[in-house]
Amino acid sequence: MSMGAIVMMIVGIGLLWGGLTASIVNAVRKSRKTA
Amino acid sequence: MDRQQWGTRAGFILAAVGSAVGLGNIWRFPYVAYENGGGAFLIPYLFALLTAGIPILIMEFTMGHKYRGSAPLTFFRLGGKKSEWIGWWGLSVAFIISTYYAVIIAWSMRYTIFSFNQAWGEDPEAFLFSEFLKLDVAPGETGGMVWGILIPLIIVWGLALGILFKGVKKGIEMANRIFIPTLVVLFLIIVVRAVTLPGAATGLNAFFEPNFDLITDPTIWVAAYGHIFFSLSIAFAIMITYSSYLSKKSDITNNAFITGFANSGFELLAGIGVFAALGFMATQMNVPVADVADAGVGLAFAVFPQIINQFPGMNGLFGVLFFLSLTLAGLSSLISITETYVAGISEKFGTSRSKAVVFGGGLAAIISTLFATQGGLFFLDAVDYFINQFGVAALGLVEVIMVIWILRKADGLRSHANLTSDIKLGGWWKFCLVFITPIVLGYMMFGLLKQNILQEFATDTGNYEGYTTTFVLFGGVAVAGAALILGILLSLTKWNKKHASFNEEDKKVG
Repeated sequence: MSMGAIVMMIVGIGLLWGGLTASIVNAVRKSRKTA
Repeated sequence: MDRQQWGTRAGFILAAVGSAVGLGNIWRFPYVAYENGGGAFLIPYLFALLTAGIPILIMEFTMGHKYRGSAPLTFFRLGGKKSEWIGWWGLSVAFIISTYYAVIIAWSMRYTIFSFNQAWGEDPEAFLFSEFLKLDVAPGETGGMVWGILIPLIIVWGLALGILFKGVKKGIEMANRIFIPTLVVLFLIIVVRAVTLPGAATGLNAFFEPNFDLITDPTIWVAAYGHIFFSLSIAFAIMITYSSYLSKKSDITNNAFITGFANSGFELLAGIGVFAALGFMATQMNVPVADVADAGVGLAFAVFPQIINQFPGMNGLFGVLFFLSLTLAGLSSLISITETYVAGISEKFGTSRSKAVVFGGGLAAIISTLFATQGGLFFLDAVDYFINQFGVAALGLVEVIMVIWILRKADGLRSHANLTSDIKLGGWWKFCLVFITPIVLGYMMFGLLKQNILQEFATDTGNYEGYTTTFVLFGGVAVAGAALILGILLSLTKWNKKHASFNEEDKKVG
């Protein structure tokens, strides 16, 4: 894989999965148990 | 009787993610990204997610939560008869989509069984069109019924309506609690196996290699906004309906961020799995990835069976995992699409949920048999294109203009969301909905109208997929137009007296 492709893969995974993880952690931290 | 509610916050999020994650995440996103700049596409894609996808999702979650009704009831309570028709239009679009979406799930179900012994043989493409779909009629002709599709279609509708019968908490929430974690696990296995295949790096390189020259091309920005729009299940009644089952004190904004990021995270994962597998196939055939890259029905039911044929071992297992993933992703979305009109019918006419499931779901199931005929694929393709472009995308534009520009509800909705949400909405949210979304969607709709009216497709007829003008008019345009007319007509009927009025003060949280 080229360096550009590797960087974009890391950036894409980092931002999307990082964003998801941060949102879930935020929700858990507020510890709302009900919908 | 009290309005039904989700049992837990996780239950709601799983149902919303289940709705958003559908067939398009697996078979549409990878190819759209690949065709529009590869890794560079991620920039407009992320921009579209944060400036249109998540803001509209927050708007719809807030509308459902505040006005506590199906899409038509929510729009009725929001702006009276002046806006109710938009809710019914969305519901009609959802009804039409459900009729053909169920058929694709039926194909996936059948292919899961085919995977055990690779029943598609050495030429999966010929098998798909000749033996499985029996597609030997011209576009516009139905031909005979294909029993090999009809039987799994009956099972699909049986499962979906059975789950809807059980209600929101015991049916939809319970099903998604099983479907979504299973889907994630299955797909993780697929991705891990795909990236360890010989040639996977070639496929991933083709998928992620950035072409930054395209970043200034408006086409890729429109493609990114268009994809985010279709991918998130926004603008056709689903998210409004689902959020109307939230409890009064539930979070809105953070739930929208989780749903949006989960949907995009999943489709990026799907892109990795699909292109790693395509890289393997290209390497085996000694051709460039561009020669095997495909999207939609072709990718899932012709290219993937070919990849499965070439697998170094456990071919059947990989096939079962892939088609079972498609089935689960499709089923969770079909349930959400059908729930929109079950809720709408039940509230407008004051019928029980069971009767609404039987009437609405039953009617959709009967109509869906059209797509189980020999000419079903042509009808499906035309209806899918026109209902998405002139149903979902047009609805999104009209919805934002009505709610934000005409009814001027942005500040009210923002205050409502901020009452219960972990993340407080600032001016950015309003800015995105007032300016960015209408401008991008307006530009997109203008381009689409121009392309279709002036017949600018690069085909023999100038029409979409080279179809005849008669077929395009009756098989596509008329269906998309019928959704709008049906929506307007339904909005003219009277509300059941239980839902005829709404006092905003009653619904304030606190």
